[in-house]
Amino acid sequence: MLKKLTAALLASTLMTGAAWAEKTITAVMHSGLRVLDPIMTTAHITRNHAYMIYDVLLAQDSNFEPQPQMADWEISEDKKTYVFTLRDGLKFHDDAPVTAADAVASLNRWAQNDAGGQVIMDRTESLEATDDKTITWTLKEPFAPLLSILSKQSAIPPFIMPARVAEQPADEAVTDYTGSGPFIFAEDEFQPGVSVTYRKNPDYVPRDEPADGMAGGKVVNVDAVKWVTMGDIQTAVNAILSGEIDYIEVLQVDLLPLLEGDPNLTVEVREPVGYQTMARLNFLHPPFDNQKIRQAALYAISQEPVLAAMAGNPEYYTICGAVLGCGAPLESATGAETLVEGNGVDKAKALLEEAGYDGTPIVLMAPTDVVTLATQPVVISQQLRDAGFNVDMQQMDWQTLVTRRASQSAPADGGWNIFITNWLVPEISDPISNPMLNGQGDDAWFGWPTDEKIEELKAEFIAAEGAEAQKAAAEEIQRHATDNVLLIPLGQYGFPQARRNTITDMIPSPVPVFWNMKKAD
Amino acid sequence: MFGYILRRILAVIPVMLLVAVFVFLLLRLTPGDPAAILAGDMTTPAKLERIREAMGLNEPLHIQFAKWIGQLARGDLGTSLISSTPVSSMIASRIGPTLSIGVLTILMSVALAIPMGVLAAWKHRKGADYVVMTFSVLGFSVPVFVTGYIFILIFSLKLNWFPVQGYVPLSQGLGAFMTHAFLPALTLTTIYVALIARMTRANMLEVLGEDYIRTARAKGASERRVLFRHALKNAAVPILTVIGTGFALLIGGVVVTETVFNIPGIGRLTVDAILARDYPVIQAMILLTSFLYVLVNLVIDLSYTFFDPRIRY
Repeated sequence: MLKKLTAALLASTLMTGAAWAEKTITAVMHSGLRVLDPIMTTAHITRNHAYMIYDVLLAQDSNFEPQPQMADWEISEDKKTYVFTLRDGLKFHDDAPVTAADAVASLNRWAQNDAGGQVIMDRTESLEATDDKTITWTLKEPFAPLLSILSKQSAIPPFIMPARVAEQPADEAVTDYTGSGPFIFAEDEFQPGVSVTYRKNPDYVPRDEPADGMAGGKVVNVDAVKWVTMGDIQTAVNAILSGEIDYIEVLQVDLLPLLEGDPNLTVEVREPVGYQTMARLNFLHPPFDNQKIRQAALYAISQEPVLAAMAGNPEYYTICGAVLGCGAPLESATGAETLVEGNGVDKAKALLEEAGYDGTPIVLMAPTDVVTLATQPVVISQQLRDAGFNVDMQQMDWQTLVTRRASQSAPADGGWNIFITNWLVPEISDPISNPMLNGQGDDAWFGWPTDEKIEELKAEFIAAEGAEAQKAAAEEIQRHATDNVLLIPLGQYGFPQARRNTITDMIPSPVPVFWNMKKAD
Repeated sequence: MFGYILRRILAVIPVMLLVAVFVFLLLRLTPGDPAAILAGDMTTPAKLERIREAMGLNEPLHIQFAKWIGQLARGDLGTSLISSTPVSSMIASRIGPTLSIGVLTILMSVALAIPMGVLAAWKHRKGADYVVMTFSVLGFSVPVFVTGYIFILIFSLKLNWFPVQGYVPLSQGLGAFMTHAFLPALTLTTIYVALIARMTRANMLEVLGEDYIRTARAKGASERRVLFRHALKNAAVPILTVIGTGFALLIGGVVVTETVFNIPGIGRLTVDAILARDYPVIQAMILLTSFLYVLVNLVIDLSYTFFDPRIRY
């Protein structure tokens, strides 16, 4: 009897202890969280933060197909009216129900800052909450990419906020962080750039479907998630080796040998598609105001050496000439054959001669303080020189670069000719949202191409019905983008992540999400 | 004395004003755009312009400066352009780790360096002197990030005595605090021990050659009394200066150690702010650091009177 009583007491004590022990995942993300308004910025860390605390109406599955998340939808026969119906059980963190009015206010604020949202709004007749659960979106004309844009996972997904928050101007940061997502932001524990903690939202009702990409049920299996910022990746490596943290989002390839021999760790590439690295030319000033010289630059470049210098190990990069990304639904390599095969130098020389290139120096801005952007300028400079360009590679920090790239002055007066940047593939996989494919001159992205043809091709893409027609329209966009050299794709890469083996069931999505994930004791 | 302190404190005002003007202009002349950091890479030129306007960055420099000085006069350090957090609360949450690691470093350094310096002077050009001087040269020469990672490798990853990174405030218990603070403080101590030990040795050597030391020895005073009562006290003034300026340097310059050990201190806050061109935070941090320098110098000057009765204010 005494034995049974002792056993029962012991079991009860152990169970209580287990119940009390908070299960927290400690993660080191790619950068520190400082900006909390996901509509104001396209910073990935802020988007990741937003996925923790907010929910979205639609979400993309692992095939980039839109799926219901907060809402299901119906489309009218004339394809001009979309009716979204919110599912049951949606509640904000302050216990208020999520209503259609909240969704409409959020969509209106989002559309002011997102390129895709602006395109939809240009075609919108009305967007209204027809009752507490129904949003009716009426368009002036059919717009096939609407669901794709509403469900996009980057750069600015349309996160749903309470109407009182979303009614704030889009250029002023929100200060009320009430969401309806699977985690609650622990505001009192937040230290900008140092750490942020999210607690499980006990009232969140996940969808019944299994998680797939960014879609499906968001089931939270831990009590809290803590993101810790570490200024030096070596410190993060030491911390995961000692078991002080559970997860590192981005690892540098040269540090992998420190981790790969540890049986308690898994090193892997989580993202199925990764990032695109690319060069952008300035259309306003010589010599790249000449299409033939832009083409010569494209022909001069070979992706393999660029990627090898950047990532080292071929396991972590992919040679890819697709403007809209490899592994994405609209992938095409037309017009980028020499980039992939690396055999365009002779053609580049011929084009330079044909265009009468007079040796005007091209200012190539090279950031030295961003690991994923430091090597490409060095390799490209040499490749351009080999083809006959006179390259003036100017090294600077990233902050100086982002200031200078906004300047439309001549390169000799503080302007520029070429710089390199990287995009998450889902950000650029859609021609409507891809900033490089904006041909509206001064209103276009830095580089300011005036390109009526690309605008026409995008209009044809919008009008295309069905996947086949869209794919064909995207093929034309690819052909024109490489012909007019709206960008020079330099390939794709995906840096590995590390997790302790106690962390399992992580979703292989481009955006790192912490639902579904489990942590063993 | 009181008049002197008052004069010194009043002298701080023009110094701080000069620093304010200098830092404000320097930041505005440095390339960089906090609006671009805030907006992210995908932003359009038009949106960037709207954000600049909303942040007040498009206003003429003299208007921006006047607004900032007005805020300062009201005791308001402003709000971070990036995180929209009040700068004062950012500093308040980050100064604790830096101060506590700094104080611990100075305590450990003084406890080790002064006996080492005295020993080296006493055993001038003998084995102990060479050992102390070798250690000092090493302490000076090896960068802190190398020392830090070696300590982490030995004491954290191999021996499991200390955590690899992080900070726990003293309010959560001395044990937890020391477990996290010891290795960073030890890392910094290697530099400051070297600095203070060399200064102690040099000044002790100078004083030990004085007539009154010979007189003390001739009178039959014990060697300990000669070293610590007569020599060290007279050598203390320059040593104190080094300790004081060392502490001020620690407050402003521990960013590498903070990074290696992931300590959320003001060094990292400043560097992060500089990288993001978060003007209000950088301005406040430089003003604060300048103020600390002035304050520490004042405290050092006043403390001279305790060691050298000839000094009067």
